[in-house]
Amino acid sequence: MSTLALSSARFPQRFLPVIATFAVFVVTFGAGSVRYENFASGQVVANLFVDNAFLIVLAVGMTFVILTGGIDLSVGAVAALSTMIAAATLNAGWPPLLSIITVLGSGATLGLLMGLVIHHFEVQPFIVTLAGMFLARGLCFLISVESVSITEPAFREFASGAITLPGDITLTYSVVIALAVVLAALYVLHLTRFGRTVYAVGGSESSARLMGLATSRAKVGVYVVSGFCSALGGLIFSLYMLSGYGLHAVGMELDVIAAVVIGGTLLAGGTGYLVGSVVGVLVLGTVQSLISFEGTLSSWWTKIVIGALLLAFIVLQRLIVRRQA
Amino acid sequence: MTDSSAPTGTPVVEMRDISVEFPGVKALSGVDFRLLPGEVHALMGENGAGKSTLIKALTGVHPPTTGVIHLHGEPIAFDAPGQAQDAGISTVYQEVNLLPNLSVAENILLGREPRRLGHIDGRAMRARAKELLTRVGLSIDPGSLLGSHPIAVQQLVAIARALVVDARVLVLDEPTSSLDADEVAELFRIVRVLRDDGVAILFVSHFLDQVYEIADRMTVLRNGSLVGEYLPSEMNHIELVAAMLGRELGVLEEVQRRSEARAPGTAPLLTAVALGRTGAIAPVDLEIHAGEVVGLAGLLGSGRTELARMLFGADRAHTGTLTFDGREHRPRGPRAMIAQGVAFCSEDRKAEGVVADLSIRDNLVLALQAARGWARPIPRRTSDALVREYIEKLDIRPADPDAIMSTLSGGNQQKVLLARWLVTKPRLLILDEPTRGIDIGAKAHIQKVVADLAGEGMAVLFISAELEEVVRVSDRVVVLRDRHKVAELTGQDVSVDKIMSVIAAPSDNHTAAVAS
Repeated sequence: MSTLALSSARFPQRFLPVIATFAVFVVTFGAGSVRYENFASGQVVANLFVDNAFLIVLAVGMTFVILTGGIDLSVGAVAALSTMIAAATLNAGWPPLLSIITVLGSGATLGLLMGLVIHHFEVQPFIVTLAGMFLARGLCFLISVESVSITEPAFREFASGAITLPGDITLTYSVVIALAVVLAALYVLHLTRFGRTVYAVGGSESSARLMGLATSRAKVGVYVVSGFCSALGGLIFSLYMLSGYGLHAVGMELDVIAAVVIGGTLLAGGTGYLVGSVVGVLVLGTVQSLISFEGTLSSWWTKIVIGALLLAFIVLQRLIVRRQA
Repeated sequence: MTDSSAPTGTPVVEMRDISVEFPGVKALSGVDFRLLPGEVHALMGENGAGKSTLIKALTGVHPPTTGVIHLHGEPIAFDAPGQAQDAGISTVYQEVNLLPNLSVAENILLGREPRRLGHIDGRAMRARAKELLTRVGLSIDPGSLLGSHPIAVQQLVAIARALVVDARVLVLDEPTSSLDADEVAELFRIVRVLRDDGVAILFVSHFLDQVYEIADRMTVLRNGSLVGEYLPSEMNHIELVAAMLGRELGVLEEVQRRSEARAPGTAPLLTAVALGRTGAIAPVDLEIHAGEVVGLAGLLGSGRTELARMLFGADRAHTGTLTFDGREHRPRGPRAMIAQGVAFCSEDRKAEGVVADLSIRDNLVLALQAARGWARPIPRRTSDALVREYIEKLDIRPADPDAIMSTLSGGNQQKVLLARWLVTKPRLLILDEPTRGIDIGAKAHIQKVVADLAGEGMAVLFISAELEEVVRVSDRVVVLRDRHKVAELTGQDVSVDKIMSVIAAPSDNHTAAVAS
């Protein structure tokens, strides 16, 4: 990815939003370090990844969708459904691997269905994925209205497994999965025709079509990617919570969209970088850590700060676009 | 290429009896077209004649409803642009249909990018792009974003893309509209090289001079039907324009103009000096006096609407000055012009004019209310009187102020739109295609109203594609061609024949004086 872009002399302009996101991350983290003694430790950084691994995976899928100019409101609900399917199947005695394949398969299938409806009936992605969101939430409660805890020993063992890095920093396997997803997505987005077509569709769908690119495959494909990522994010979430519940991840789709937008991806599509979305998630995580370190502040301050950041970034994007025009 | 003018060789492309229908519209009906190897074949016609539709039928964007297409003698049926490209038909579309958010190299090669180990090889892609850019005479960084380059460069990039595949058929839909003279010369050099290599080139342009310069053969379309296939040598400019417009020269009778042409001794109401907008209209000098109807004639795409929008302030002028009523205007948008008493009746009445779900009364009052400001409501009695007055004056039917606009016929909607501006008592009325698509009766009525308004001292700028109409209502006619003002006709010169000969004349005679 970087080989494509770094060669250009316009480096700062193209990367301005991502650089801005990174700067915000550095500033918020720096502020925390100045204010709280223990903030600037490796473990706090590691915990940002541990606590937000599922969000990173969801943001990857969402970035694909938003790059085409679409939106996926179903990610939180699909993640919840995944925790539910995982919990139910594991407790029913399915082997973990089969359970995981079922979860990922159902997420991708849901995404495929939404993508097909969006593409073939030319319906607004907003509405279709809203319907998908309700459907997935409803299905959760069809499985159980209660929270189902996961008792499968292998799964629990994997969940509590930790990797110790030099400096006594511990990470969970979830972080490894999330980073693997990010790397795979980077490869797909920047070095495959599918990935470039995703950008092309976001730039101008009609032009991309006239250029003979496989636009329909890309348009449907991004929802499959997003559905898959939602399911995987749900699995990671169930590792984190060790339960399946229909009220898991409520409103998470909005956090994910916020992270992607703060990461510099244009909602109109065509412009943005996956790395930005990852940093966007880290910014949200840092704000959350800051507020929990403060102790006296209520958690809704997170929402207020995120709201302000979101607004600032959308205005920033607007200004950049206007200057380029 | 005189020898290539004889219809020799088997056609690369043969389209027979092609019809394309969209819901409610027949865009093409029964058109035959053929393209020989090693020729540049110009497809001529006004906008809406079906040129782009024919191209899209060939390239698989809008597959024909009926008819057959043969490529190299084989029947083909593309239903996606990618298939046509794979079959060796490359197309450069009218507007630059590329992706500004991707790099130049990707825009050239996406879909045929070099690969290494299954993924896109960025370095090889940039190197290949560089080669192709050199072929079209560009030396830009293939890694730069396409959107960072001017339109002319993007246009050449689009042509570089068309060269990626070893195309046997190259379709150029208005490739020169955003190029300057040097760039056109460069493009034609490339086109000639390709033609001499045996590539069949389909060339569409509004610029008649360019067509005569490069084309070996011409096919003329009008209103979605075939007019004929001609050699440039057997048809001069005027005959070509007549074929495109659909009139036999002999039948074009002199139409009686409005009787007394006003002799404008007074200071003009509106004066434009070298007013121009890059990419839309070359700098134009224009004067419009009170009580005068100035016609604006030219083929579609010659810059008529662009000029009108610029005078109204809807599009910002990039050069020159505009003086209205003795005061110079900085370009500040339509509100300032409306405040000065300029009204603009748009050509696209559906999108920019009427509010279809409101009543005649509401539509009429809209503009008046806008002029008064929202804080000064118009008393019901005033609005009733006004609405009744204009319904009567313009003979709007039904004469019911509360009739909903969308239920009115096109002609009556147009009258309401006109009335809407008239209630503001404008001093200059700009009418862009006020009679398009409406019946004869309403048309005549609108023409009469225009004449009456001028008689009352209003200045009118009248734009129409129908030359007879322009001639009938105008005291003076400004002729545009290729986004330049090429002539201003007064007195006896205001005639259909004269306008057509000006439109058809080779550029150097007329443009030289006005262009710079």
